[in-house]
Amino acid sequence: MSLSKEEVEKIAILARLGLTEEEKEKFTTQLSSILDYVEQLKEVKTDGVEPSAQVTGLENVMREDSVEETDKEVRDKLLKQAPKTEDDLIKTKAVFE
Amino acid sequence: MNLNELTIKQANEGLKKKEFSSVELTQVCLDNIEKTDEKLKAFITVTKDEALAKAKKVDDAENFENPLSGIPVGIKDIFCTKDIKTTAASKILENYTPPYSSTAVKNLGDDAVIVGKTNMDEFACGSSTETSYFGQTKNPWDLERVPGGSSGGSTASVSADQCIYALGTDTGGSIRQPASLTGVVGLKPTYGRVSRYGVIAMASSLDQVGPVTKTVEDAAIVLKQIASLDKKDSTIVNKDVPDYVNEINKDIKGLKIGIPKEYFIEGIDPEVEKVVKQAIDQLKDLGAEIVDVSLPHTKYGLPVYYIIMPSELSSNLARYDGIRYGSVEPAENLLDQYLKTKATGFGDEVRRRIMVGTYSLSAGYYDAYYLKAQKVRTLIKKDFENVFKQVDCLVTPTTPTPAFKLGEKIEDPITMYLNDVFTVTANIAGLPGVSLPCGMAKPKDGEKELPVGLQIIGKQFDEGTILRVGHQYQQATDWHTKKPNVD
Repeated sequence: MSLSKEEVEKIAILARLGLTEEEKEKFTTQLSSILDYVEQLKEVKTDGVEPSAQVTGLENVMREDSVEETDKEVRDKLLKQAPKTEDDLIKTKAVFE
Repeated sequence: MNLNELTIKQANEGLKKKEFSSVELTQVCLDNIEKTDEKLKAFITVTKDEALAKAKKVDDAENFENPLSGIPVGIKDIFCTKDIKTTAASKILENYTPPYSSTAVKNLGDDAVIVGKTNMDEFACGSSTETSYFGQTKNPWDLERVPGGSSGGSTASVSADQCIYALGTDTGGSIRQPASLTGVVGLKPTYGRVSRYGVIAMASSLDQVGPVTKTVEDAAIVLKQIASLDKKDSTIVNKDVPDYVNEINKDIKGLKIGIPKEYFIEGIDPEVEKVVKQAIDQLKDLGAEIVDVSLPHTKYGLPVYYIIMPSELSSNLARYDGIRYGSVEPAENLLDQYLKTKATGFGDEVRRRIMVGTYSLSAGYYDAYYLKAQKVRTLIKKDFENVFKQVDCLVTPTTPTPAFKLGEKIEDPITMYLNDVFTVTANIAGLPGVSLPCGMAKPKDGEKELPVGLQIIGKQFDEGTILRVGHQYQQATDWHTKKPNVD
Protein backbone atom coordinates (compact mmCIF):
# COMPACT_ATOMS: atom_id res chain seq x y z
CA MET A 1 0.00 0.00 0.00
CA SER A 2 1.77 3.09 -1.08
CA LEU A 3 0.53 6.54 -0.11
CA SER A 4 1.00 9.60 -2.26
CA LYS A 5 2.36 12.86 -0.91
CA GLU A 6 -1.09 14.41 -1.47
CA GLU A 7 -2.69 11.73 0.73
CA VAL A 8 -0.16 12.42 3.49
CA GLU A 9 -0.99 16.14 3.23
CA LYS A 10 -4.70 15.32 3.55
CA ILE A 11 -4.17 13.09 6.61
CA ALA A 12 -1.99 15.73 8.24
CA ILE A 13 -4.70 18.35 7.81
CA LEU A 14 -7.35 15.98 9.23
CA ALA A 15 -5.07 15.41 12.25
CA ARG A 16 -4.25 19.15 12.48
CA LEU A 17 -0.52 18.42 12.18
CA GLY A 18 1.68 20.91 10.40
CA LEU A 19 4.43 19.30 8.28
CA THR A 20 7.42 20.78 6.46
CA GLU A 21 8.12 19.76 2.85
CA GLU A 22 10.97 17.56 4.01
CA GLU A 23 8.75 15.88 6.62
CA LYS A 24 6.06 15.23 4.02
CA GLU A 25 8.58 13.27 1.93
CA LYS A 26 9.89 11.31 4.92
CA PHE A 27 6.46 10.48 6.32
CA THR A 28 5.16 9.41 2.88
CA THR A 29 7.80 6.67 2.74
CA GLN A 30 7.50 5.67 6.39
CA LEU A 31 3.70 5.62 6.51
CA SER A 32 3.61 3.54 3.33
CA SER A 33 5.91 0.94 4.88
CA ILE A 34 3.82 0.80 8.07
CA LEU A 35 0.62 0.33 6.03
CA ASP A 36 2.38 -2.36 3.98
CA TYR A 37 3.23 -4.15 7.18
CA VAL A 38 -0.32 -4.12 8.58
CA GLU A 39 -1.72 -5.25 5.20
CA GLN A 40 -0.91 -8.84 6.18
CA LEU A 41 -4.16 -8.87 8.18
CA LYS A 42 -5.93 -9.25 4.83
CA GLU A 43 -4.93 -12.92 4.73
CA VAL A 44 -6.87 -13.69 7.95
CA LYS A 45 -10.41 -15.01 7.43
CA THR A 46 -12.77 -13.01 9.65
CA ASP A 47 -16.18 -13.84 8.17
CA GLY A 48 -18.68 -14.01 11.01
CA VAL A 49 -16.12 -12.90 13.63
CA GLU A 50 -17.35 -10.23 16.05
CA PRO A 51 -15.02 -7.24 16.54
CA SER A 52 -13.56 -6.70 20.05
CA ALA A 53 -13.52 -3.12 21.34
CA GLN A 54 -12.71 -4.24 24.86
CA VAL A 55 -11.77 -7.54 26.41
CA THR A 56 -13.08 -7.96 29.95
CA GLY A 57 -16.76 -8.32 29.06
CA LEU A 58 -18.02 -5.16 30.73
CA GLU A 59 -21.14 -3.56 29.31
CA ASN A 60 -22.26 0.05 29.58
CA VAL A 61 -21.15 1.20 33.02
CA MET A 62 -23.51 3.99 34.07
CA ARG A 63 -23.44 6.59 36.80
CA GLU A 64 -25.83 9.33 37.95
CA ASP A 65 -25.74 12.33 35.66
CA SER A 66 -25.06 14.78 38.45
CA VAL A 67 -22.80 17.81 38.74
CA GLU A 68 -19.99 17.70 41.28
CA GLU A 69 -18.46 20.94 42.48
CA THR A 70 -14.73 21.25 41.90
CA ASP A 71 -12.53 22.47 44.68
CA LYS A 72 -11.70 26.18 44.21
CA GLU A 73 -8.00 25.45 44.60
CA VAL A 74 -8.11 22.81 41.86
CA ARG A 75 -10.19 25.10 39.65
CA ASP A 76 -7.74 27.97 40.00
CA LYS A 77 -4.78 25.72 39.30
CA LEU A 78 -6.49 24.33 36.21
CA LEU A 79 -7.22 27.80 34.86
CA LYS A 80 -3.61 28.76 35.44
CA GLN A 81 -2.56 26.03 32.98
CA ALA A 82 -4.25 27.81 30.08
CA PRO A 83 -1.89 29.88 27.92
CA LYS A 84 -4.46 32.72 27.67
CA THR A 85 -7.26 33.63 30.07
CA GLU A 86 -9.51 36.58 30.82
CA ASP A 87 -11.67 36.83 33.98
CA ASP A 88 -11.71 33.09 34.68
CA LEU A 89 -12.40 32.30 31.04
CA ILE A 90 -10.06 30.57 28.63
CA LYS A 91 -9.31 32.67 25.57
CA THR A 92 -8.93 31.28 22.09
CA LYS A 93 -9.05 32.43 18.48
CA ALA A 94 -12.44 32.75 16.83
CA VAL A 95 -13.94 29.42 15.74
CA PHE A 96 -16.12 31.08 13.06
CA GLU A 97 -14.73 33.73 10.80
CA MET B 1 24.96 -3.78 51.07
CA ASN B 2 24.03 -0.14 50.48
CA LEU B 3 20.55 0.97 51.52
CA ASN B 4 19.53 1.86 47.96
CA GLU B 5 20.13 -1.76 46.92
CA LEU B 6 17.40 -3.05 49.24
CA THR B 7 14.11 -4.50 48.06
CA ILE B 8 10.78 -3.09 49.29
CA LYS B 9 10.42 -6.01 51.67
CA GLN B 10 13.91 -5.55 53.13
CA ALA B 11 13.53 -1.77 53.38
CA ASN B 12 10.16 -2.08 55.12
CA GLU B 13 11.63 -4.53 57.66
CA GLY B 14 14.59 -2.22 58.28
CA LEU B 15 12.33 0.79 58.80
CA LYS B 16 10.11 -1.17 61.21
CA LYS B 17 13.11 -2.31 63.24
CA LYS B 18 14.59 1.21 63.14
CA GLU B 19 17.82 -0.08 61.62
CA PHE B 20 17.72 3.07 59.48
CA SER B 21 15.33 5.95 58.87
CA SER B 22 13.36 6.85 55.75
CA VAL B 23 15.44 10.04 55.54
CA GLU B 24 18.65 7.97 55.43
CA LEU B 25 17.21 5.59 52.84
CA THR B 26 15.91 8.48 50.71
CA GLN B 27 19.19 10.39 50.96
CA VAL B 28 21.19 7.37 49.71
CA CYS B 29 18.86 7.06 46.69
CA LEU B 30 19.09 10.79 45.96
CA ASP B 31 22.89 10.68 46.25
CA ASN B 32 22.97 7.82 43.78
CA ILE B 33 20.72 9.73 41.37
CA GLU B 34 23.09 12.69 41.61
CA LYS B 35 26.07 10.43 40.99
CA THR B 36 24.71 8.38 38.09
CA ASP B 37 21.90 10.26 36.39
CA GLU B 38 24.07 12.53 34.31
CA LYS B 39 25.05 9.35 32.46
CA LEU B 40 21.77 7.45 32.67
CA LYS B 41 19.20 10.25 32.30
CA ALA B 42 16.56 8.03 33.90
CA PHE B 43 14.76 11.02 35.44
CA ILE B 44 13.05 14.02 33.86
CA THR B 45 12.37 15.67 37.23
CA VAL B 46 14.02 14.91 40.58
CA THR B 47 11.93 16.00 43.59
CA LYS B 48 14.71 16.09 46.15
CA ASP B 49 13.29 18.57 48.68
CA GLU B 50 9.76 17.16 48.60
CA ALA B 51 11.13 13.61 49.00
CA LEU B 52 13.26 14.49 52.02
CA ALA B 53 10.42 16.45 53.65
CA LYS B 54 8.08 13.49 53.16
CA ALA B 55 10.65 11.03 54.52
CA LYS B 56 11.06 13.19 57.62
CA LYS B 57 7.29 13.22 58.14
CA VAL B 58 7.15 9.42 57.79
CA ASP B 59 10.00 8.95 60.27
CA ASP B 60 8.19 11.15 62.79
CA ALA B 61 4.91 9.22 62.41
CA GLU B 62 6.67 5.82 62.81
CA ASN B 63 3.86 3.94 61.08
CA PHE B 64 5.06 1.32 58.61
CA GLU B 65 1.87 -0.76 58.35
CA ASN B 66 1.65 0.12 54.65
CA PRO B 67 4.69 -1.72 53.23
CA LEU B 68 5.37 1.22 50.88
CA SER B 69 5.55 3.89 53.62
CA GLY B 70 8.82 5.76 53.57
CA ILE B 71 10.14 3.83 50.55
CA PRO B 72 11.64 5.90 47.67
CA VAL B 73 9.76 5.41 44.39
CA GLY B 74 10.24 6.69 40.84
CA ILE B 75 7.05 7.54 38.93
CA LYS B 76 6.91 7.40 35.14
CA ASP B 77 6.26 10.91 33.88
CA ILE B 78 2.93 9.81 32.38
CA PHE B 79 1.20 9.69 35.81
CA CYS B 80 -0.33 12.95 36.97
CA THR B 81 1.29 13.89 40.27
CA LYS B 82 -0.22 16.75 42.26
CA ASP B 83 1.92 19.90 42.05
CA ILE B 84 4.79 17.99 40.37
CA LYS B 85 5.46 18.72 36.71
CA THR B 86 4.10 15.95 34.43
CA THR B 87 5.30 16.04 30.82
CA ALA B 88 4.75 12.62 29.17
CA ALA B 89 8.28 13.40 27.87
CA SER B 90 6.73 15.79 25.33
CA LYS B 91 7.52 19.40 24.51
CA ILE B 92 3.78 20.07 24.30
CA LEU B 93 3.48 19.41 28.08
CA GLU B 94 6.86 20.76 29.18
CA ASN B 95 5.23 23.23 31.59
CA TYR B 96 2.24 21.20 32.72
CA THR B 97 1.71 20.80 36.47
CA PRO B 98 -1.44 18.85 37.34
CA PRO B 99 -3.53 19.90 40.35
CA TYR B 100 -4.34 16.27 41.25
CA SER B 101 -2.69 12.84 41.40
CA SER B 102 -3.62 9.71 39.47
CA THR B 103 -5.42 7.00 41.45
CA ALA B 104 -2.47 4.58 41.16
CA VAL B 105 -0.10 7.13 42.70
CA LYS B 106 -2.64 7.96 45.43
CA ASN B 107 -2.97 4.24 46.20
CA LEU B 108 0.75 4.04 47.08
CA GLY B 109 -0.37 5.93 50.18
CA ASP B 110 0.25 9.37 51.69
CA ASP B 111 3.59 8.16 52.99
CA ALA B 112 5.09 7.13 49.64
CA VAL B 113 8.34 9.01 49.04
CA ILE B 114 8.42 10.14 45.38
CA VAL B 115 12.04 10.84 44.40
CA GLY B 116 11.16 11.96 40.89
CA LYS B 117 9.45 11.49 37.56
CA THR B 118 11.12 8.99 35.26
CA ASN B 119 11.97 9.38 31.60
CA MET B 120 10.00 7.64 28.86
CA ASP B 121 9.28 7.68 25.15
CA GLU B 122 7.15 10.70 24.25
CA PHE B 123 3.51 9.85 25.14
CA ALA B 124 4.78 6.25 25.56
CA CYS B 125 5.35 6.00 21.79
CA GLY B 126 8.49 3.91 21.45
CA SER B 127 10.44 0.85 22.55
CA SER B 128 13.75 2.52 23.42
CA THR B 129 13.11 5.78 25.36
CA GLU B 130 14.82 7.53 22.44
CA THR B 131 11.73 9.58 21.50
CA SER B 132 11.76 11.55 24.79
CA TYR B 133 11.97 15.32 24.27
CA PHE B 134 14.17 15.52 27.39
CA GLY B 135 17.04 13.28 26.29
CA GLN B 136 17.82 9.60 25.94
CA THR B 137 17.87 7.18 28.91
CA LYS B 138 20.83 4.78 28.71
CA ASN B 139 20.97 1.12 29.71
CA PRO B 140 22.85 0.75 33.05
CA TRP B 141 24.38 -2.52 31.78
CA ASP B 142 25.95 -0.85 28.73
CA LEU B 143 25.74 2.91 28.26
CA GLU B 144 25.87 2.52 24.48
CA ARG B 145 22.59 0.64 24.49
CA VAL B 146 18.91 1.48 24.98
CA PRO B 147 17.06 0.53 28.17
CA GLY B 148 13.98 -0.39 26.12
CA GLY B 149 10.77 1.54 26.39
CA SER B 150 8.53 3.19 26.83
CA SER B 151 9.04 2.89 30.63
CA GLY B 152 12.83 2.88 30.11
CA GLY B 153 13.47 5.53 32.78
CA SER B 154 11.54 3.52 35.38
CA THR B 155 13.38 0.27 34.65
CA ALA B 156 16.84 1.89 34.32
CA SER B 157 16.39 3.69 37.65
CA VAL B 158 15.41 0.47 39.48
CA SER B 159 18.19 -1.46 37.75
CA ALA B 160 20.77 1.15 38.83
CA ASP B 161 19.36 1.32 42.39
CA GLN B 162 18.39 4.99 42.09
CA CYS B 163 15.11 4.10 43.79
CA ILE B 164 13.66 0.99 45.44
CA TYR B 165 10.85 0.53 42.92
CA ALA B 166 9.00 2.44 40.23
CA LEU B 167 5.65 2.69 38.48
CA GLY B 168 5.28 2.27 34.72
CA THR B 169 2.58 1.78 32.11
CA ASP B 170 2.33 -0.96 29.50
CA THR B 171 0.32 -0.63 26.27
CA GLY B 172 2.17 -3.15 24.08
CA GLY B 173 5.06 -4.20 26.30
CA SER B 174 6.20 -0.86 27.75
CA ILE B 175 6.84 -2.30 31.24
CA ARG B 176 7.91 -5.85 30.36
CA GLN B 177 10.23 -5.10 27.42
CA PRO B 178 12.39 -2.49 29.24
CA ALA B 179 12.33 -4.64 32.40
CA SER B 180 13.77 -7.47 30.30
CA LEU B 181 16.44 -5.25 28.70
CA THR B 182 17.60 -3.81 32.05
CA GLY B 183 17.39 -6.96 34.20
CA VAL B 184 14.55 -6.07 36.56
CA VAL B 185 11.01 -7.31 37.22
CA GLY B 186 8.12 -5.67 35.34
CA LEU B 187 4.46 -6.57 35.78
CA LYS B 188 1.58 -5.66 33.50
CA PRO B 189 -1.62 -6.55 35.35
CA THR B 190 -4.89 -7.58 33.69
CA TYR B 191 -6.68 -4.77 31.82
CA GLY B 192 -9.17 -3.43 34.37
CA ARG B 193 -7.15 -4.37 37.46
CA VAL B 194 -5.47 -1.00 38.19
CA SER B 195 -7.14 2.36 37.62
CA ARG B 196 -5.99 4.44 34.64
CA TYR B 197 -7.50 7.65 36.07
CA GLY B 198 -4.93 10.43 35.91
CA VAL B 199 -2.61 8.46 33.64
CA ILE B 200 -2.07 10.37 30.41
CA ALA B 201 -3.91 8.19 27.89
CA MET B 202 -2.11 6.54 25.00
CA ALA B 203 -4.40 3.73 23.74
CA SER B 204 -7.33 3.39 26.11
CA SER B 205 -8.33 -0.22 25.38
CA LEU B 206 -4.72 -1.44 25.88
CA ASP B 207 -3.08 0.81 28.55
CA GLN B 208 -2.44 -0.65 31.99
CA VAL B 209 -0.47 0.50 35.05
CA GLY B 210 2.08 -1.74 36.75
CA PRO B 211 5.11 -1.94 39.03
CA VAL B 212 8.83 -2.16 38.20
CA THR B 213 10.71 -3.89 41.02
CA LYS B 214 13.83 -5.85 41.97
CA THR B 215 11.97 -9.04 42.90
CA VAL B 216 8.67 -10.69 41.99
CA GLU B 217 7.71 -10.57 45.67
CA ASP B 218 8.01 -6.76 45.57
CA ALA B 219 5.79 -6.66 42.46
CA ALA B 220 3.17 -8.62 44.45
CA ILE B 221 3.44 -6.11 47.31
CA VAL B 222 2.95 -3.10 45.00
CA LEU B 223 0.10 -4.67 43.01
CA LYS B 224 -1.82 -5.34 46.22
CA GLN B 225 -1.55 -1.61 47.04
CA ILE B 226 -2.38 -0.10 43.65
CA ALA B 227 -5.24 -2.39 42.55
CA SER B 228 -8.58 -0.93 43.58
CA LEU B 229 -12.04 -0.03 42.39
CA ASP B 230 -12.28 3.53 41.12
CA LYS B 231 -15.47 5.31 40.16
CA LYS B 232 -13.34 7.54 37.94
CA ASP B 233 -12.29 4.58 35.74
CA SER B 234 -15.35 2.73 34.48
CA THR B 235 -13.22 -0.04 32.91
CA ILE B 236 -12.14 -1.36 36.32
CA VAL B 237 -13.64 -4.80 36.89
CA ASN B 238 -15.13 -5.50 40.31
CA LYS B 239 -13.06 -8.52 41.38
CA ASP B 240 -11.47 -9.28 44.71
CA VAL B 241 -7.82 -8.29 45.02
CA PRO B 242 -6.21 -11.39 46.57
CA ASP B 243 -3.37 -11.39 49.08
CA TYR B 244 -0.70 -11.93 46.42
CA VAL B 245 2.17 -12.13 48.91
CA ASN B 246 0.50 -15.14 50.48
CA GLU B 247 -0.30 -16.81 47.16
CA ILE B 248 3.25 -16.63 45.79
CA ASN B 249 4.63 -18.75 48.61
CA LYS B 250 2.80 -21.86 47.41
CA ASP B 251 4.95 -24.28 45.40
CA ILE B 252 4.34 -24.97 41.70
CA LYS B 253 4.23 -28.79 41.84
CA GLY B 254 1.79 -30.08 39.22
CA LEU B 255 1.14 -26.61 37.78
CA LYS B 256 0.68 -26.81 34.01
CA ILE B 257 2.88 -24.37 32.11
CA GLY B 258 2.33 -23.97 28.35
CA ILE B 259 5.16 -23.21 25.94
CA PRO B 260 3.68 -21.62 22.79
CA LYS B 261 5.71 -22.71 19.77
CA GLU B 262 5.02 -19.42 17.94
CA TYR B 263 7.25 -17.60 20.46
CA PHE B 264 10.36 -19.57 19.52
CA ILE B 265 10.61 -18.43 15.92
CA GLU B 266 13.24 -17.53 13.38
CA GLY B 267 14.76 -14.17 14.31
CA ILE B 268 15.07 -14.97 18.00
CA ASP B 269 18.66 -14.63 19.22
CA PRO B 270 20.03 -18.18 19.80
CA GLU B 271 21.57 -17.16 23.15
CA VAL B 272 18.23 -15.74 24.32
CA GLU B 273 16.50 -18.95 23.28
CA LYS B 274 19.08 -21.05 25.15
CA VAL B 275 18.74 -19.03 28.37
CA VAL B 276 14.93 -19.12 28.26
CA LYS B 277 14.94 -22.90 27.68
CA GLN B 278 17.21 -23.34 30.70
CA ALA B 279 14.69 -21.36 32.76
CA ILE B 280 11.90 -23.65 31.53
CA ASP B 281 13.98 -26.68 32.64
CA GLN B 282 14.33 -25.03 36.04
CA LEU B 283 10.54 -24.66 36.32
CA LYS B 284 10.25 -28.35 35.43
CA ASP B 285 12.71 -29.19 38.22
CA LEU B 286 10.47 -27.23 40.59
CA GLY B 287 7.65 -29.63 39.77
CA ALA B 288 5.75 -27.85 36.99
CA GLU B 289 4.39 -29.85 34.09
CA ILE B 290 5.59 -28.41 30.78
CA VAL B 291 3.08 -28.61 27.91
CA ASP B 292 3.69 -27.64 24.26
CA VAL B 293 0.85 -25.44 22.99
CA SER B 294 0.01 -23.34 19.94
CA LEU B 295 -1.38 -19.82 19.57
CA PRO B 296 -1.89 -19.78 15.79
CA HIS B 297 -2.72 -16.06 15.37
CA THR B 298 0.41 -14.83 17.20
CA LYS B 299 2.02 -13.38 14.09
CA TYR B 300 -0.94 -11.07 13.56
CA GLY B 301 -0.50 -9.51 17.02
CA LEU B 302 1.83 -6.74 15.89
CA PRO B 303 -0.19 -5.67 12.82
CA VAL B 304 -3.38 -5.64 14.95
CA TYR B 305 -1.53 -3.54 17.54
CA TYR B 306 -0.18 -1.10 14.96
CA ILE B 307 -3.74 -0.33 13.81
CA ILE B 308 -5.64 -0.28 17.12
CA MET B 309 -2.99 1.60 19.12
CA PRO B 310 -2.44 4.49 16.64
CA SER B 311 -6.22 4.79 16.11
CA GLU B 312 -6.88 5.21 19.82
CA LEU B 313 -3.77 7.38 20.20
CA SER B 314 -4.84 9.76 17.43
CA SER B 315 -8.15 10.23 19.18
CA ASN B 316 -6.61 10.66 22.66
CA LEU B 317 -3.92 13.12 21.53
CA ALA B 318 -6.38 15.37 19.69
CA ARG B 319 -6.88 17.20 23.01
CA TYR B 320 -3.39 18.74 22.91
CA ASP B 321 -4.42 21.86 21.06
CA GLY B 322 -2.63 24.50 23.14
CA ILE B 323 -5.85 26.11 24.33
CA ARG B 324 -6.61 24.79 27.84
CA TYR B 325 -3.08 23.73 28.78
CA GLY B 326 0.27 22.93 27.21
CA SER B 327 2.43 24.99 24.94
CA VAL B 328 1.02 27.08 22.11
CA GLU B 329 2.53 28.69 19.03
CA PRO B 330 1.43 32.17 17.88
CA ALA B 331 -0.67 32.14 14.70
CA GLU B 332 -3.07 34.12 12.51
CA ASN B 333 -6.16 31.97 12.98
CA LEU B 334 -7.35 28.89 14.87
CA LEU B 335 -6.49 26.28 12.22
CA ASP B 336 -3.05 27.77 11.78
CA GLN B 337 -2.58 27.70 15.56
CA TYR B 338 -3.43 23.99 15.71
CA LEU B 339 -1.08 23.17 12.84
CA LYS B 340 1.85 25.10 14.31
CA THR B 341 1.29 23.98 17.92
CA LYS B 342 1.18 20.29 17.01
CA ALA B 343 4.04 20.60 14.51
CA THR B 344 6.43 21.94 17.14
CA GLY B 345 4.88 20.25 20.21
CA PHE B 346 4.97 16.61 19.02
CA GLY B 347 8.01 14.61 17.94
CA ASP B 348 8.31 12.42 14.82
CA GLU B 349 7.15 9.07 16.22
CA VAL B 350 4.07 10.60 17.86
CA ARG B 351 3.12 12.38 14.63
CA ARG B 352 3.73 9.20 12.61
CA ARG B 353 1.36 7.25 14.84
CA ILE B 354 -1.28 10.01 14.88
CA MET B 355 -1.26 9.94 11.07
CA VAL B 356 -1.52 6.13 10.86
CA GLY B 357 -4.44 6.29 13.30
CA THR B 358 -6.15 9.15 11.51
CA TYR B 359 -5.83 7.25 8.23
CA SER B 360 -7.18 3.96 9.55
CA LEU B 361 -10.18 5.68 11.15
CA SER B 362 -10.98 7.86 8.14
CA ALA B 363 -13.99 7.41 5.86
CA GLY B 364 -13.42 4.66 3.32
CA TYR B 365 -10.63 2.94 5.26
CA TYR B 366 -12.31 2.20 8.61
CA ASP B 367 -13.62 -1.26 7.62
CA ALA B 368 -10.38 -2.37 5.98
CA TYR B 369 -8.17 -1.30 8.87
CA TYR B 370 -9.74 -0.57 12.27
CA LEU B 371 -12.70 -2.96 12.04
CA LYS B 372 -10.55 -5.71 10.52
CA ALA B 373 -8.01 -5.31 13.34
CA GLN B 374 -10.77 -5.51 15.96
CA LYS B 375 -11.96 -8.78 14.42
CA VAL B 376 -8.49 -10.31 14.42
CA ARG B 377 -8.21 -9.11 18.03
CA THR B 378 -11.14 -11.43 18.79
CA LEU B 379 -9.28 -14.36 17.18
CA ILE B 380 -6.10 -13.67 19.20
CA LYS B 381 -8.15 -13.55 22.40
CA LYS B 382 -9.82 -16.86 21.49
CA ASP B 383 -6.39 -18.49 20.94
CA PHE B 384 -5.54 -17.71 24.56
CA GLU B 385 -8.95 -18.85 25.86
CA ASN B 386 -8.36 -22.19 24.11
CA VAL B 387 -4.88 -22.83 25.54
CA PHE B 388 -5.97 -21.76 29.02
CA LYS B 389 -8.35 -24.75 28.99
CA GLN B 390 -5.22 -26.93 28.99
CA VAL B 391 -2.65 -24.95 31.00
CA ASP B 392 -2.47 -22.59 34.01
CA CYS B 393 -0.06 -20.07 32.47
CA LEU B 394 2.36 -19.60 29.56
CA VAL B 395 6.11 -19.01 29.51
CA THR B 396 7.94 -17.23 26.65
CA PRO B 397 10.95 -14.99 26.07
CA THR B 398 10.02 -11.33 26.76
CA THR B 399 11.97 -10.01 23.75
CA PRO B 400 13.66 -11.70 20.77
CA THR B 401 17.07 -10.08 21.51
CA PRO B 402 18.94 -8.41 24.37
CA ALA B 403 19.27 -4.59 24.44
CA PHE B 404 20.17 -3.03 21.08
CA LYS B 405 22.42 -0.05 20.43
CA LEU B 406 21.32 3.59 20.69
CA GLY B 407 20.27 4.99 17.31
CA GLU B 408 20.22 1.56 15.67
CA LYS B 409 16.47 1.38 15.00
CA ILE B 410 15.17 4.90 15.49
CA GLU B 411 14.93 5.74 11.77
CA ASP B 412 13.32 2.42 10.85
CA PRO B 413 9.89 2.22 12.57
CA ILE B 414 9.07 -1.37 11.56
CA THR B 415 12.33 -2.83 12.93
CA MET B 416 11.69 -0.93 16.17
CA TYR B 417 8.12 -2.26 16.35
CA LEU B 418 9.33 -5.88 16.01
CA ASN B 419 10.83 -5.62 19.50
CA ASP B 420 7.32 -5.89 20.94
CA VAL B 421 6.40 -9.06 19.03
CA PHE B 422 6.19 -11.25 22.19
CA THR B 423 4.56 -8.67 24.47
CA VAL B 424 1.70 -7.07 22.45
CA THR B 425 -0.55 -10.12 22.50
CA ALA B 426 -1.11 -9.88 26.29
CA ASN B 427 -2.38 -6.31 25.83
CA ILE B 428 -4.56 -7.29 22.88
CA ALA B 429 -6.21 -10.04 24.97
CA GLY B 430 -6.13 -8.03 28.25
CA LEU B 431 -4.02 -10.66 30.04
CA PRO B 432 -1.52 -10.16 32.89
CA GLY B 433 2.15 -10.69 32.08
CA VAL B 434 5.35 -10.40 34.08
CA SER B 435 8.97 -10.26 32.93
CA LEU B 436 11.81 -11.33 35.21
CA PRO B 437 15.55 -11.79 34.65
CA CYS B 438 16.46 -15.40 33.76
CA GLY B 439 20.08 -15.21 32.59
CA MET B 440 22.68 -13.28 30.65
CA ALA B 441 23.52 -13.29 26.95
CA LYS B 442 26.25 -11.77 24.84
CA PRO B 443 24.72 -9.73 22.01
CA LYS B 444 25.78 -10.40 18.42
CA ASP B 445 27.37 -6.96 18.17
CA GLY B 446 29.12 -6.62 21.52
CA GLU B 447 31.27 -8.12 24.27
CA LYS B 448 29.37 -7.10 27.41
CA GLU B 449 26.86 -9.63 28.71
CA LEU B 450 23.30 -8.33 28.93
CA PRO B 451 20.23 -9.48 30.87
CA VAL B 452 17.55 -11.70 29.31
CA GLY B 453 13.92 -11.67 30.43
CA LEU B 454 11.47 -14.52 30.92
CA GLN B 455 7.81 -13.65 30.34
CA ILE B 456 4.99 -15.41 32.17
CA ILE B 457 1.47 -14.76 30.84
CA GLY B 458 -1.62 -15.69 32.85
CA LYS B 459 -5.40 -15.86 32.66
CA GLN B 460 -7.34 -12.62 33.15
CA PHE B 461 -7.27 -11.55 36.83
CA ASP B 462 -4.97 -14.45 37.72
CA GLU B 463 -1.89 -12.37 38.56
CA GLY B 464 -1.52 -14.67 41.59
CA THR B 465 -0.38 -17.62 39.46
CA ILE B 466 2.17 -15.76 37.32
CA LEU B 467 3.64 -14.04 40.38
CA ARG B 468 3.80 -17.40 42.14
CA VAL B 469 5.70 -19.02 39.26
CA GLY B 470 8.07 -16.04 39.12
CA HIS B 471 8.64 -15.96 42.86
CA GLN B 472 9.27 -19.71 43.08
CA TYR B 473 11.76 -19.37 40.21
CA GLN B 474 13.54 -16.57 42.07
CA GLN B 475 13.68 -18.67 45.25
CA ALA B 476 15.68 -21.27 43.29
CA THR B 477 17.89 -18.91 41.21
CA ASP B 478 19.88 -15.72 41.71
CA TRP B 479 19.67 -13.89 38.35
CA HIS B 480 17.61 -11.14 39.99
CA THR B 481 20.46 -10.33 42.36
CA LYS B 482 22.92 -9.43 39.57
CA LYS B 483 23.68 -5.72 39.37
CA PRO B 484 25.06 -3.53 36.60
CA ASN B 485 28.18 -1.49 37.23
CA VAL B 486 27.40 2.05 36.09
CA ASP B 487 30.62 3.86 35.30
